[in-house]
Amino acid sequence: MAPRSRRHVLPGFRLSLGLTWAYVGLLVLIPLSSLFLKTFSLTWPQFWETVTAPRALAAYKLSFSASLAAALANVVFGLLVAWVLVRYRFPGRSLVESLVDLPFALPTAVAGLTLTTLFSSKGWYGQYLEAWGLKVAYTSVGVAVALTFIGLPFVVRTVQPVLEDIDVDVEEAAATLGATPWQTFTRVLFPAIVPALLSGFTLAFARALGEYGSVVFISGNMPLRTEIVPLLIVTKLEQYDYAGATAIAVVMLLASFLLLLAVNLLQRWSHRRLEARSRA
Amino acid sequence: MFAPSIHLPRRKTRTLEGSPWVRWTLVTVALGFLAVFLVVPLVAVFSFAFQKGWEAYLTAIAEPEARSAILLTLMAAVIAVPLNLVFGLAAAWLLARFRFRGRALLLTLIDLPFSVSPVIAGLIFVLLFGRQGWLGPLLFEHDIHVIFAVPGIVLATVFITLPFVVREVLPVMQTQGSDEEEAALTLGASGWRTFLRITLPKVKWGVLYGVILCNARAMGEFGAVSVVSGHVRGVTTTLPLHAEILYNEYDFAGAFAVASLLTLLALVTLVLKKYVEWRSEAS
Repeated sequence: MAPRSRRHVLPGFRLSLGLTWAYVGLLVLIPLSSLFLKTFSLTWPQFWETVTAPRALAAYKLSFSASLAAALANVVFGLLVAWVLVRYRFPGRSLVESLVDLPFALPTAVAGLTLTTLFSSKGWYGQYLEAWGLKVAYTSVGVAVALTFIGLPFVVRTVQPVLEDIDVDVEEAAATLGATPWQTFTRVLFPAIVPALLSGFTLAFARALGEYGSVVFISGNMPLRTEIVPLLIVTKLEQYDYAGATAIAVVMLLASFLLLLAVNLLQRWSHRRLEARSRA
Repeated sequence: MFAPSIHLPRRKTRTLEGSPWVRWTLVTVALGFLAVFLVVPLVAVFSFAFQKGWEAYLTAIAEPEARSAILLTLMAAVIAVPLNLVFGLAAAWLLARFRFRGRALLLTLIDLPFSVSPVIAGLIFVLLFGRQGWLGPLLFEHDIHVIFAVPGIVLATVFITLPFVVREVLPVMQTQGSDEEEAALTLGASGWRTFLRITLPKVKWGVLYGVILCNARAMGEFGAVSVVSGHVRGVTTTLPLHAEILYNEYDFAGAFAVASLLTLLALVTLVLKKYVEWRSEAS
C-alpha cells in the first residue's frame, strides 16, 4: 500500500483524486474547452452576426418562451401531484407514485414520437383538439407540450419530500388560532415549499432549454417558426458550419449559466427570508 | 404497495385534508393530468406498435438493421456503465471523505453533463474529433474514425451518463460516515479490503440505483448520439436513432415497434428503481 498522507486517516486519497480528475479532465474539461476555443476562431463581428441573426433570435425566443411555459405548467401540476400523493390515499396511489418518474426513464425520442402521433390532426388527442381549433403538433404549443412531459418529475420530486417533512403541529397551531384551511395553506405551508418549488422550476426550465429528442418530432422544425435552439445547432452542424454551431452553443451555455446563477441567488434569498420569519 | 400505513395515524389530526369535495376534485385533476400525459402515451406506444399485428411487429424488431441497432445500443451501455461505475465509486469516495482544494470545481464539472444540452454534448466531440476538429487531421492520417462511427457514439454516451453513479452514491456515503472504515483500518485491514468488505456493502443500494439510472439513459440517449452518429443505417444507428429513421420514412408501425422495446426498458427501469428504493428503506 502507498504511504498514507499524514493529514488523512482514510486511504485512497491520491488514487481517487488522480482517477477522478483524469476522467473528468479527459471527458468533460478538454471537450468543453474545445467549445470555447472554437468560438475564438470567429472575429467579434462574425460572432455577433451569427448569434443575432433573425433565425437565431427566433429560436431563442421560442426556446425560452416554450421552456418557461412548460416549467410553469410543471410548477402548477407538479405541486398538485405532490400534494395529492403526500396527503391523500386513493386506489392505485403507489402505481402513480412510480409512474411519475416515467419521463426520466423513457427515452426522449420515444416521448417525441408518441406525443407527435397523439397530437397530430388524426391522432387520439389531435382530432378533438383540432375540432376546437387548437393545433398542437408542428406548432409552438406542441413544443411546450413535449417540454412539459419531459420536466414533469422535477417539481414533484423536489416538493414531495418537503411536504412530507412539514410538521403537523404547525398546521394544527394555525387551525387552533382560527385560520381557515386556505389561509393555512397560503400563509403557513406555501412559504415553506417555495424554495423547493423554485428549485424544481429551475431544473425543469434548464432541462427544457436543452431538450432535443422529444421536441424535434413534434415541432415540425420550421425555421423562424418552430425551430428551437438545439435544433438550430444541429442544422448548422449538418451544414458543416462548425463555428456557427459553436457560437450559438456558447450563447446557450451562457444563458443557462446565468439562469442557474439567478435562481441560486433567489433561492438563497428566500431561504434567508424563511429563516428570518421563523426567528421572528 | 409499500407501507403506506406509516402516515395513517396522523390523518385524524390533519387540518388540511379539506372537505371531501375539495379532496376528490384535487385527486381527479391530478390523476386526469397524469393519465393524459403518462398513461395514455404509454398505452399508445404498444397500441401503435401492434397496429399491423404480431408478425409485422416481430419482423420490425428482428430485421438486420434493427438487430444491429440493438447490438450497438447494448454495446454503448456495456462500455459506458462500468466505466462510470468505477469512476463514480472513486469520485464519491473522494468527495465524501476528503476536503481538498478544487473540490467545488470538481463537483461542478461532474454535474455539467446533466446541465448542458445533449446537442452540445455531441457538438464538443465533433469539435474535438471531427474532420475539421482539433484532432481530426491526426486521426484522419491514421485512418481512425471517431465521429460518424461507433467510438463517437460510445464517447457521447459515456459523457452524458457520467454523473449518475456519483450523484447517487455520494449522498449515501456522506450520511453513513466512516467510523466502520476507520475501525477496520485500525484493526489492520488493508485499504482495498476495507473498501470491498465495508464501504461497498454499505453503499450497495445507492450504487445499484445509480447503475440502473445510468443504464436507462445510456440506452435511451438521443440528442448527443444523434449529433455524432451520422446516421449510417445498420452501422451507427442506436435503437432511438433507428426509431427516428423508420418514423421519418413513414414506417410508423416499425418505428413504434422499436420504440416499444425502449418503453419496456423504461418500465423495467421503473420497477427495478422501486425495488431498490424499497430494499434500501428496509435495510
